[in-house]
Amino acid sequence: MCGIIGVIDKQRELMDGSSIRDALSIMDERGSGEGAGYAAYGVYPDYADLYAIHVFYDNLVEPKAQVEDLLETWGMIEHDEEIPTFEQAGIPKIHTPWRYFFRPKTRLMQRSRTPDDEIVKHIVMEVNKSIKGALIFSSGKNIGVFKASGWPEEVADFYRVEKYEGYLWLAHNRYPTNTPGWWGGAHPFNLLNWSVVHNGEITSYGTNRRYIESFGYDCTMYTDTEVVAYLMDLLVRRHGLTQELAVRALAPPFWEEIERMPEDIQRLNTALRLTYGSAMMNGPFAIAVASPDSIVGFSDRIKLRPLVIGEHDNKVFISSEEAAIRTVDSAIKNIYMPKAGHPIVGRTVA
Amino acid sequence: MIIGSRPTKFQVVIDKNQCMLCGRCVDNCSYGVFRMEPEGIITNTRNCVACHRCISQCPRDAITIMERPCDYRSHPVWTAQVKENIFKQAESGKILLGGMGNAQQYPILFDHLVLDACQVTNPSIDPLREPMELRTYIGKKPRQLEFIQKSDSDISLVTELVPNLKLETPIMIGHMSYGAISLNAHKAMAKAVSDIGTFMGTGEGGLHEALYPYQEHMIVQVASGRFGVDVNYLERGAAIEIKIGQGAKPGIGGHLPGEKVCADVSCTRMIPEGSDAISPAPHHDIYSIEDLKQLVISLKEATEWKKPVFVKIAAVHNVAAIAAGIARSGADAVVIDGFRGGTGAAPSVFRDHVGIPIEAAVAAVDTKLRRQGIRNEVSIIASGGIRQSADVAKAICLGADAVYIGTAALVAMGCRVCGTCYRGLCTWGIATQRPDLVARLDPEEASHNVKNLIDAWTLELAELMGAAGINSIESLRGNRDRLRGYMLDQSMLDVLDVKAIGA
Repeated sequence: MCGIIGVIDKQRELMDGSSIRDALSIMDERGSGEGAGYAAYGVYPDYADLYAIHVFYDNLVEPKAQVEDLLETWGMIEHDEEIPTFEQAGIPKIHTPWRYFFRPKTRLMQRSRTPDDEIVKHIVMEVNKSIKGALIFSSGKNIGVFKASGWPEEVADFYRVEKYEGYLWLAHNRYPTNTPGWWGGAHPFNLLNWSVVHNGEITSYGTNRRYIESFGYDCTMYTDTEVVAYLMDLLVRRHGLTQELAVRALAPPFWEEIERMPEDIQRLNTALRLTYGSAMMNGPFAIAVASPDSIVGFSDRIKLRPLVIGEHDNKVFISSEEAAIRTVDSAIKNIYMPKAGHPIVGRTVA
Repeated sequence: MIIGSRPTKFQVVIDKNQCMLCGRCVDNCSYGVFRMEPEGIITNTRNCVACHRCISQCPRDAITIMERPCDYRSHPVWTAQVKENIFKQAESGKILLGGMGNAQQYPILFDHLVLDACQVTNPSIDPLREPMELRTYIGKKPRQLEFIQKSDSDISLVTELVPNLKLETPIMIGHMSYGAISLNAHKAMAKAVSDIGTFMGTGEGGLHEALYPYQEHMIVQVASGRFGVDVNYLERGAAIEIKIGQGAKPGIGGHLPGEKVCADVSCTRMIPEGSDAISPAPHHDIYSIEDLKQLVISLKEATEWKKPVFVKIAAVHNVAAIAAGIARSGADAVVIDGFRGGTGAAPSVFRDHVGIPIEAAVAAVDTKLRRQGIRNEVSIIASGGIRQSADVAKAICLGADAVYIGTAALVAMGCRVCGTCYRGLCTWGIATQRPDLVARLDPEEASHNVKNLIDAWTLELAELMGAAGINSIESLRGNRDRLRGYMLDQSMLDVLDVKAIGA
């Protein structure tokens, strides 16, 4: 199952987390109380040009020292603090969430066009693979992911998401089926500027994981969703595809449709399928991917999971259920279900 | 005569009550088992190879063939096979020959791998109701695409794709040469692959004129003997395959006996009639990987870079590193032929003891190419011991793009895997050039059988994919997560990169 809700304000008007909390909570029956989370864009205006790195620590001794060593090797920690949390009956505090505002030393990464992103990606992979008791779950600029094992409303109250204001929110309510419910397994999954929520099960995960690992990404979360974040990072940041083309590569049209396209579009789509066949995702899914200036929703090619789009003034909503969208915006008129596989993009104009 | 007669391998028994003395068995047996006498049909049972042609033609089910009616004293070490090999070599002083694939009792890894299916958490997909894509492109793909963005909506592709073969199913028929098998067998398979939208290999015996109508579905082979190779041949093929080695006999060449080189074979191979066609063990212009690269480029140059070039190797111990070298040679696909691959004739010692099985080889090659970031440089074609659709699915899960079948296609045309191809007496008209025997195989009818087989496997493959919640073959390729190892040890699981059942 799982429930997802996302919203973007095209003018970057800030929204606090209270309504998204309510929207996610109304879909409680889509989850099992084993994981929920929120990603918000624009929440750290005071540190907007620094990477906000969120870490789950099992304890504040060995893993914390190791993570800080690594951060200081690659750059400067300009500020750090414990992420404020508020005790909830349903959430045993297994981890201590911490945040760093980090400035990479770009000269240390010579071989990349985007050295600062590359440094942070390297740190995320390194920590999650090698440092026991530490897990980086959020690493973008001016972006914060807040997640834990629990029901949507408990996780929201645990972090008091109503205190955060963002122009883009992405939230997820989990019903885990292939891996246990644990904090790291809750969505959204984030890498750099990418955040992903996902309802479904990627049957091509074995292929996708081996593909992405051959480009230097390590899958460490024991769940299929993380590959989506890494694939978007690879295709858009490193290979230079537009977001629409990247989504097309992940959920391409059927050959039958491609054959009916005009010649040059056919050529492009054929090239995408041939080149990125191993990145293509199969199985039932509805996915929303956020980046600082957009939110993209898309489903698998035969739409085995629900996806509803709502549009009202400057806001675009993506959700598993219409009811969740109406919880945020009761006056909304334009609600529709997109065609299978077709991406719906909400983009900022400001 | 020190050793004397050995127990007959087969005993042919005719039920006199059933037999109506029609003589079909006499006519059909090219090995001289039956003869008609006034008192009835007399059998020379020692000549029987169990090709079952007589059984298939007997209108009364009067014939029974029993295997080893009188065997040697059983012994776990000194088996009948071992003893007979010693007898033969004691008498002849020669290398033993055998037909078809590996006949040793090695465990078959395919039979220790099980596939996955969806339950509850994700729905299986019904191929009767939903699209199911098995289309496969064989050839080099770019590592990444380059675009020029002229405006928000106007994006054009800069990357030029090199030619790929488009297969409607990931099943092709591998290389069996004209000479080793008959023209009718070739015609039947060529028609079948053309009708299906897949491909077959010519083998190293050139391309007979009768196959020109199917040339768009033929992969022409360039082997160490270079039989039948000229620019006309290269240009006719849809792709070109350089054969370095063969799973049934890694490290050695081939030998088509002069008896099989009839006038037609002689023309097609461009060798004198009646002469032995000997393929040397190495290509005499390839003594290292850089020489291979030159040949790949020469062949591409000769055909104006319009055709994919494949390189076929036998699965040997270091297959992954060799394949990585081939991937860097400019080749478009690497064909890995496992040690169960068939052959018309091979020294038994090679057939049974040299090389590794295709399952491990494909897994190792796919893993190596991915780790080196060059998996898109070449497609992987698995061959050697693909017996059923489940083997195809498992080979693809282990990392193959497509498979070659060989023996299975022959079996679809009647072959009983009697392993006597090298004698040129094939009663089914498959592995022979004797006109009366070849005439038994009706190409039209046989092509239906071959097409039916590939169609049936394709349907089964679609069902297996649907059950696994996958509607496109790309998502099965290298998807080892959808396999589990049953009774495999940890080191084998590590090589295959597959978890154990229950894990």
